Amino acid sequence: MEGVRYEVPETLQAAVALLAGATGDARVLAGGTDVIVQMETDLIEPTLLVDVKKIKELRQIASENGGFRIGAAVPGMAIVNHAALCQAWPGVVDGVKLIGSIQIKGRASIGGNLCNASPAADSVPALIAAGAIVRIIGPNGVREVPVETVPVGPGKTSLAKGEIVVSFLLPPRPPHSSDAYQRFTPRTEMDIAVVGVGISLTLDDGGTCTAARVALGAVAPTVLLVKDAADALIGTRLDEAALDRLAKAASAACRPIDDKRGTKEFRIKIAGVLAKRTAQQALERARQSR
Amino acid sequence: MSKKYHVTTTVNGDEYEFLCEAQQTLLDILRDELMLSGTKDGCGTGDCGACTVMLDGTMVCSCLVLAVETEGSRIETIEGMAKGENLHPLQRIFLELNGLQCGICTPGILIAAKALLERNPDPTETEIRYWLAGNLCRCTGYDKIIRSVQAAAKEMRGA
Repeated sequence: MEGVRYEVPETLQAAVALLAGATGDARVLAGGTDVIVQMETDLIEPTLLVDVKKIKELRQIASENGGFRIGAAVPGMAIVNHAALCQAWPGVVDGVKLIGSIQIKGRASIGGNLCNASPAADSVPALIAAGAIVRIIGPNGVREVPVETVPVGPGKTSLAKGEIVVSFLLPPRPPHSSDAYQRFTPRTEMDIAVVGVGISLTLDDGGTCTAARVALGAVAPTVLLVKDAADALIGTRLDEAALDRLAKAASAACRPIDDKRGTKEFRIKIAGVLAKRTAQQALERARQSR
Repeated sequence: MSKKYHVTTTVNGDEYEFLCEAQQTLLDILRDELMLSGTKDGCGTGDCGACTVMLDGTMVCSCLVLAVETEGSRIETIEGMAKGENLHPLQRIFLELNGLQCGICTPGILIAAKALLERNPDPTETEIRYWLAGNLCRCTGYDKIIRSVQAAAKEMRGA
């Protein structure tokens, strides 16, 4: 059997050239927690692995115009241990915290979580709710797109041949803003979301919600950004009636499958319940944030 | 003919050189090339934690690291935990308190527990359980494992 070739470029341009010039199945290797499992279980047989961990743009967390730019290959533990990020974006950090074990988070990255394109990816609903912008580089240069445009189906992304996710930009936070991510799983750790909900919101000085984004995971072929659910919160103080409307809108948006983790009916119901709980947690955090 | 890659790493303070194919995992090389079989091969998919090692100070599953990625890195395995004849307190207390049954999960759990105690010398039971969530014990001896980690932490703090 022909073995896979391994390359470890130190620049984005070199990585793009390798991927764009590859003849067979070329894969980006970041943390490897999906790609290596897929190789081990013969789901994929790549001819080229491009290890992007020596490229500095993919490996740093930096402040940028009041927000944060997170390299696509930064390991989860570096995100979880980043105090300023935990303060500004606790929901995004909660999503990352739920990705596998400590060992897995020692390697796994949000770039990988996004590009693996699982509808149940834990960091993705929170990143979509956060309004994160992905920087992608490819043979035709750099483009910046919202996170929600990257996954297009289970295991499928909108990335073209030769393109690499470089980093994620989390925008600056207005006062009284916060976020939350919650998921339902039978086991609290080391499990895959039956439903996941990410919500980011901003309150005015009087406690009325002025901006919100709601994203649902594991209830459709891709993580969903649900505008109707966000609209149920905007202009309210997240009273019981608003939360009920949120739950209805969240459930209405679900297009789930039946699988061993949950039935369609269960997922639709839980999406509403969990949306309420997640909104309440984001609200509590936003009230406490300056 | 698959290409071989020449890799130099430090394992438990000793420098090793080996040849590997790109798809070979660090676990494969540790066990089959370097003959360091203390690191166990459990699931091969990052679910069980039996193959846990430290890679440049970070706890990882060696089944989900390619050996070729470890060029120039510093690896610590269970073989480096005891100092000669002197067991690490975690090893000794796991023996004293029956923190192991069949023993397959033990090397991974010891590596993970040591990493926890270096970061947090006085963890709560909940913190220990969450930290070790990626280490499965097929004998289900979790209670004694947790008690052993607690006792070792206490001794190591000098409490």
